[in-house]
Amino acid sequence: MATRRLRPMFVAKRSYRLRRLRDGARMLPFLGAFLYVLPLLWVPTGQTRDLARDAVYLFLAWGVLIGLTALIAARLRAAGNDADDPASAEDAE
Amino acid sequence: MIPFSLLVLACLAYVLFLFLVAFWVERRNANRTAGWLRSPWVYTLSLSIYCTAWTFFGAVGYAARSGLEFATIYMGPTLVFIGWWWVLRKLVRIGRQQHITSIADMVSSRYGKSPFLGVVVTLICVASATPYISLQLQSVTLSFQVFASASAVASPVNDPAVISLWVAVGLAVFTILFGTRNLDSREQHTGIVIAIAIEAVVKLVALLAVGMFVVFTLGGGIGPMLDRIAASPMAGWEVDPARWIGLTGLSAAAVLCLPRMFHVTVVENTDENHLATASWAFPLYLMAMSLFVIPIAVMGMELMPRGSNPDLFVLTLPLSEGRGGLAMLAFLGGFSSATSMVIVATIALATMVSNHIVMPIWLRLGPRAAVTGDVRGVVLMSRRMSIGGVLGLGYAYFLLSGGSSALAAIGLIAFVGVAQILPALLGGIYWRGATRMGAALGLGVGSALWVYCLLLPSFGPGAVLSASVMAEGPFGIGWLRPYALFGVIGLDPLIHAVFWSLTLNIIAFCLGSVLTFPGPVERAQAVAFVNVFDGGAGLQGWSKGTADPEALLITAQRILGDEAALGYFQEQAKAQGKGGYLPDPAPEFLDGLEMRLAGSVGAATAHAMLSQLAGRAAVSVEDLIAVASESAQMMEHSAQLESQQAELTRTARALREANEKLTQLSVQKDGFLSQISHELRTPMTSIRAFSEMLMEQDLPPDQAARFSEIIHTEAIRLTRLLDALLDLSVLEAGAVQLNVGLVSVQTILDRALAATEAGRAGRQVVVTRDAEAEQIFLRTDADRLVQVVINLVSNALKYCDALLPELRLVVRQKGGHVTLDVVDNGSGIPKEKQALIFEKFARLTDQTRAGGAGLGLAICREIMENLGGSIAYLPGQGGAAFRVTLPLRMKKPA
Repeated sequence: MATRRLRPMFVAKRSYRLRRLRDGARMLPFLGAFLYVLPLLWVPTGQTRDLARDAVYLFLAWGVLIGLTALIAARLRAAGNDADDPASAEDAE
Repeated sequence: MIPFSLLVLACLAYVLFLFLVAFWVERRNANRTAGWLRSPWVYTLSLSIYCTAWTFFGAVGYAARSGLEFATIYMGPTLVFIGWWWVLRKLVRIGRQQHITSIADMVSSRYGKSPFLGVVVTLICVASATPYISLQLQSVTLSFQVFASASAVASPVNDPAVISLWVAVGLAVFTILFGTRNLDSREQHTGIVIAIAIEAVVKLVALLAVGMFVVFTLGGGIGPMLDRIAASPMAGWEVDPARWIGLTGLSAAAVLCLPRMFHVTVVENTDENHLATASWAFPLYLMAMSLFVIPIAVMGMELMPRGSNPDLFVLTLPLSEGRGGLAMLAFLGGFSSATSMVIVATIALATMVSNHIVMPIWLRLGPRAAVTGDVRGVVLMSRRMSIGGVLGLGYAYFLLSGGSSALAAIGLIAFVGVAQILPALLGGIYWRGATRMGAALGLGVGSALWVYCLLLPSFGPGAVLSASVMAEGPFGIGWLRPYALFGVIGLDPLIHAVFWSLTLNIIAFCLGSVLTFPGPVERAQAVAFVNVFDGGAGLQGWSKGTADPEALLITAQRILGDEAALGYFQEQAKAQGKGGYLPDPAPEFLDGLEMRLAGSVGAATAHAMLSQLAGRAAVSVEDLIAVASESAQMMEHSAQLESQQAELTRTARALREANEKLTQLSVQKDGFLSQISHELRTPMTSIRAFSEMLMEQDLPPDQAARFSEIIHTEAIRLTRLLDALLDLSVLEAGAVQLNVGLVSVQTILDRALAATEAGRAGRQVVVTRDAEAEQIFLRTDADRLVQVVINLVSNALKYCDALLPELRLVVRQKGGHVTLDVVDNGSGIPKEKQALIFEKFARLTDQTRAGGAGLGLAICREIMENLGGSIAYLPGQGGAAFRVTLPLRMKKPA
């Protein structure tokens, strides 16, 4: 059953930051997919590639993704523990 | 060189160490002092069973063959974990809330606790995991053989079949010992989790150590290593974009759907917050595991003799360089990868087999056994048998395939197999409309295509599918060739299978879901899964049943164990406000109990068992609708209350306004009374005074005549006042008799001006009229209208203070109405007084000058209302101006 609850149209700055943080967490896999697909465009399909360059790029991209995720996860945890936004639950949908 | 016996000894010592750790942890856990054991790091490390021996050894071989493509196997899981907020978080929450025991349980629970779906998913998992397990046996056997052949003495146990048998038996014992010690209501095995966490550390350290050795000792540092990579035969690698993207997606699907990954990620999760740490720590682990893969491959190809197996470079490279200790570490790393994967995969598969295949059959065979038999023993026994069975299958597969290179490809084939569960899984947690029929169709179509396009051909041409079928399709139908379904020949066989199986899987899933109607339990579960973050575990599945609490307790004891069951029942009884151990079979209690039982035997079985006891299977559609309409009624009720409240507020406001009006009216009435008594009293006073004087006898006759004239005048004035009052009250009551007839405006104005001739006599007044406009015939009461005009004209004459008074009479016709403006050129009426002039006894100047009773305009207003028109003061006309509006045809009063 759809229990339609009235949600505030605007939220306080803190909750606002928390929500954008969640948006950031949601965007990460798309950034990751982009970074992983990008090297495909460097060299036309079927031609030989430079393994050393590709490997260095791939691991750098990997490291950046991990770093960003760690940053967001840590801040999400810190924010989620002391200020549970009432809308936190349903905005997963 | 390391003697083979030392290797075996080290292996045994390592296993013994793991035994002790697991045992110690279980003891600690039993005493509830296992704080750090449940840290996010242990959780993250336990996830590392994703990296099996296939990846520990095989990644280097993969890299030697296809360059960086091996990384796609780790990139998929990385994307899933850094995107944990999307899927993993929801899966873990659902898993915890619903006491999910395996991926088969998850799918079965979501689609109405369907036993059938549980069986299907279990079969898919067993079919794809068994070859995978035998791959682990093979890798351990191979690494043993490397050492055996390296050591000078011929080993007595150099037969692969013997080695793998011992490994399989040892793993079975370990798994049975720690995996089925007890039936946990959440199917968690802390001891095993710690053991695999330790193994995760060992394999990471081993691979990093080999990698460091290769890069810094053999390669001469990072810079020279990069040069070597650039100079190696691998340097010019090619990539197939379809494979690159397809494999990344496939590994992403696999990390969600592999039974062992689901087990450690969802089932063994003790705290949702651990996921936040794992979201970056697990990708970091994967990156560390793959960091040195390329250098090892490059160096291996450079240093090792031509034709050596690149899959074993991790072992053979240190061995050939004479680093026995490092090789031993690498061996233990590979051993750890294989054993941890086998242990967890076996537990996960055994749980599924026992909960979804053995238990339902057992229940079917003897329904009474659910109540009287030793359920706990049966469950544990079926678990142990399943563990033995799964490992036995793996071993048999290893023997049959002869440890051939066909096994190498099985890792990805297994991925495609379990990926078939993905649509039903994701659809189940995001789409309420997904139904059991859709899931069954999708799983069926997908796995059939997987078997046909990938699994069967993988055994080699002629093994299951004949070469002619592969080349020309079954019965010569070219469109059905396993590697070129529907004429698609441009794709790599693996990607071809992924593409077709998943596409048709999803289509079947969606079509089936859209076209079928879900049952009541299914709908309730759909809500509970999809809206898991909305709080509340969905609808209650049990109405207040007829279950006997004692029978429930007996069953619960047999599944959960005596103490746990008694504790739970006591707690529930207390929550219901009862003493003792037997709570009422209230719906909440039954739901909770079912969840607990589901943690041990799976949702479908627990549901079936409780149904037997509670007498009634579950909710009916009517119940659901009743619940829905109940809450709809409540919403409606509250909406009604709200509207009633709004109505009450409105009424209260109206009443308050009415009250204010009444108070004003009362004040007006008092004012009116005092006014009227004043008006009556003034003439009466003079009449009395002069009549008293007349009564005195000695009054001169001329004075008497004057006095009686004053009395007469005052009496006339009094009469006029009373007439006006009478007139007003008749008009106000609406009881006036109107004499309606046809009359022209001109006539009315003529009569009015004639009547006021006397008032104008002394003054020179210019009257402006428009004869043309006055040719309008009205149907109204002419006498009353004339009275109004006379009043207005005489007022204008009386009050106009201009030196040369002018009077304009303007007549206009607008729509069905006629307006008549009476305008003079005096100073007009001040704004603040304009509202007052139509009130009774309202006089702007003092009474003497006006000479009237102050009722004229009040009477005019009443007359106009009786005639269906109105009269209003018209501001801004350069003098006092009044507008009379009246309809062309007066309507008969209702």
